[in-house]
Amino acid sequence: MKDLSMHIMDIIQNSVRAEASLVELKIKESVKDDLFSIAIKDNGFGMSEEVLAKAIDPFFTTRTTRKVGLGLSLLKQNAEMTGGKMEISSKEGVGTELEAIFSHKHLDRPSLGDIAGTMVLLVGANPEMDFFYQHITDEGEYVFDTKEVKEVLDGMPVSDPNIMQYLKEMIKENLNTL
Amino acid sequence: MAKVKSLADLKKIKEELHAKMDLREKSNDPEAQVQIKVGMATCGIASGAKEVMEFLIEATAKRGISTIVTQTGCMGYCYAEPTIEVTIPGKEPVVFGDVDLKKADEVIEKYIKQGELVDGIIPVNYKTIDN
Repeated sequence: MKDLSMHIMDIIQNSVRAEASLVELKIKESVKDDLFSIAIKDNGFGMSEEVLAKAIDPFFTTRTTRKVGLGLSLLKQNAEMTGGKMEISSKEGVGTELEAIFSHKHLDRPSLGDIAGTMVLLVGANPEMDFFYQHITDEGEYVFDTKEVKEVLDGMPVSDPNIMQYLKEMIKENLNTL
Repeated sequence: MAKVKSLADLKKIKEELHAKMDLREKSNDPEAQVQIKVGMATCGIASGAKEVMEFLIEATAKRGISTIVTQTGCMGYCYAEPTIEVTIPGKEPVVFGDVDLKKADEVIEKYIKQGELVDGIIPVNYKTIDN
């Protein structure tokens, strides 16, 4: 994966597949505390204890189309390469939570990349789902909540290409102020 | 394009957006639209599926083709990522492999607009060695 936004897109695909109706993404960046963390929480099917125990194994997947499941293991490896860690918890019928912690200043920490584009693609491709994205830095925070966006759009589809373009610009503009 | 920095700005340009919106999309009939599914599992994303998906959304909108572009998981063709499945109304879905931006453009121009088949189709009866 080129950057962390792609990991985020990849991990959230699991939430989509678990039929979550709400995905919460929290990114914390602190140069002061040398911390860069990504937390993802969904209200999808969740995993049994047995599946959860194997979830990080790259040679385990619940898919039938192939025999490997690299998403979680790649993110964990990336976090550990910076001296960080990744933790995952899940409860069947409740949902799954994941947190990957990186050293902010470590040379091996991938850049965040195009998180605005990632969020907008997720929102546009899954208009029936809600996404709550909170980005916290030492300077402040920004929240992008699709429930609020949908309220403003009043029935207009979030998957419309023009709307997606505006939403992407809105997220980018706000992140630039942090 | 007007700058949208907040939800209040978005509210202000809602009417403009409404006018721009494709009429066919407003009709909300997915059966009448071209449907494109982009493989967005780890293999697809790592191979550039995100850029391909962004391109497909933007290019079909600019060229006036009413399209629904969505994501799907791994279709099992990891060797040929990024993959896209294109369904033209009334036709069987066709899966294209190794889709970069150039191939995506070709699929739009030749397959979607003119119905011509282009290189890169993954045969429907493809089976992995294990199967």
